[in-house]
Amino acid sequence: MSLIQTQGLTLSHDGQTVLRDVNFAIEAGEIVTIVGPNGSGKSSLLRALIGALKPTAGKIIRQPGLRIGYVPQKLQIDGTLPLTVQRFVNLPRRQKPQAIKDALATAGVPELIERQMVDLSGGQFQRVLLARALLERPDLLILDEATQGLDQPGSAAFYRQIEAVRQDMGCAVLMVSHDLHVVMAASDRVLCLNGHVCCEGTPETVADAPEYRALFGSGTQGALALYRHDHDHHHHGTDCDGHHQETENA
Amino acid sequence: MLDDFILRAGLAGLGVALAAAPLGCFVIWRRMAYFGDATSHAALLGVALALATDLPITAGVLLVAMVMALVISTLSGRNVSADALLGVMAHSALALGLVAVSLLPGQRVDLSSYLFGEILAVTRFDLGVIWGGAIAVAVLLAWRWSALLTATLNPDLAQASGGNPRREQLILTVALAIMVAVAIKVVGALLIAAMLIIPAATARPFARTPEAMAIWAVVLGAIAAVGGLMASLNFDTPTGPSIVSIAAALFALSSAFSAVRPALRRRG
Repeated sequence: MSLIQTQGLTLSHDGQTVLRDVNFAIEAGEIVTIVGPNGSGKSSLLRALIGALKPTAGKIIRQPGLRIGYVPQKLQIDGTLPLTVQRFVNLPRRQKPQAIKDALATAGVPELIERQMVDLSGGQFQRVLLARALLERPDLLILDEATQGLDQPGSAAFYRQIEAVRQDMGCAVLMVSHDLHVVMAASDRVLCLNGHVCCEGTPETVADAPEYRALFGSGTQGALALYRHDHDHHHHGTDCDGHHQETENA
Repeated sequence: MLDDFILRAGLAGLGVALAAAPLGCFVIWRRMAYFGDATSHAALLGVALALATDLPITAGVLLVAMVMALVISTLSGRNVSADALLGVMAHSALALGLVAVSLLPGQRVDLSSYLFGEILAVTRFDLGVIWGGAIAVAVLLAWRWSALLTATLNPDLAQASGGNPRREQLILTVALAIMVAVAIKVVGALLIAAMLIIPAATARPFARTPEAMAIWAVVLGAIAAVGGLMASLNFDTPTGPSIVSIAAALFALSSAFSAVRPALRRRG
């Protein structure tokens, strides 16, 4: 059984449909990335999967006892709230001191335990969020634009960490990202959204799909290829005649 | 022993400080200050209701505060643009309450005792109500503490860990209504929100964790309650406002401390 599965999932916000008829499943140990333009329903899909958004139609089936580790897009901590890293990772449940040390080490920030959350840099903050999510011993790790505000080397390092975490803990990973090429290279499967599922498959399949190119142009093709080490010169006949020129240049 | 009205007043003030401080922490962390205002100002409507129907004052206030808190909570959610709405509700509730009390036939109601409290007239029964409510609020907050804190940081984070942020919001709403009902006798409808917010804000510079901040707020609130009571006896000033004035003075000291602390650290 899939960890989590949606059937004909439709989501609305303020009476407007943001996502319709999504059939999606993620299996144990998979890394799946969701891409799509702003307002394409990416975050809504994640929020529905964690239970924060009720489906307008369709259903979400979770494996019984599924543990989700969630790394939100943004966590605004009010300046009036004093909070050390140690206290934060103990929310909502108290964790063993050794488990906390291990999780912070896995997330790459073992030295921050005594610091105040508001004093952390963007990269440190995201890693502490990751450590907290790992302490839930998740079967499924969900990350929403987790590298927003990080520079490119920073986000590349963050994704390497995610891959390492997957290897260590064997959890499935579902993430949304703007860093198309970096994140897609690390994924087993990519889901391209634009109010519905445009296309899905391996990063290569999606990067070549005309629906994907219509959304993002073929400019990302070259960047993706950097990570694949095999520049493709596939010709797709009717699929992408209009983009033929750029494909050759990629 | 409880025959001494000053002792009863002191205990009433301490009871309010005990519950108001940790609840006030959530009020400022969640930026609900106006929410507190609107709910406590609605207490006056509750007084009018109680006088008109021969209900106990506490019951009338609790009922109206609960309804008001639920209405605002539903209307505004955590939407920041609800600021104006909350301002409208806070002052309208106060004005309507004043009008409603004055329309009651046959009785001459001493408004100022409901607006500013009447801590020196606290009876043993009042003391029981105040401490009963204060303990209920404290227990409610202690029981839900971690869940409330997680939901305050980020509702989605709470949801993903199996929590229910809407339920936590409801718990805070109920706690706030209880708080208003028991504090009206001590500091009055106008100044309840002050007892929520000022000790919590004063505690902020001294705390590294949420729990430490709540404990500091209780201590500072208690100092304000006892200090204000003594000052009012000494200088013959109204007690509720005296308590809030002491709390405000402590806040000024704490702000000054946090302003000079970086300089002290550099030298030390």
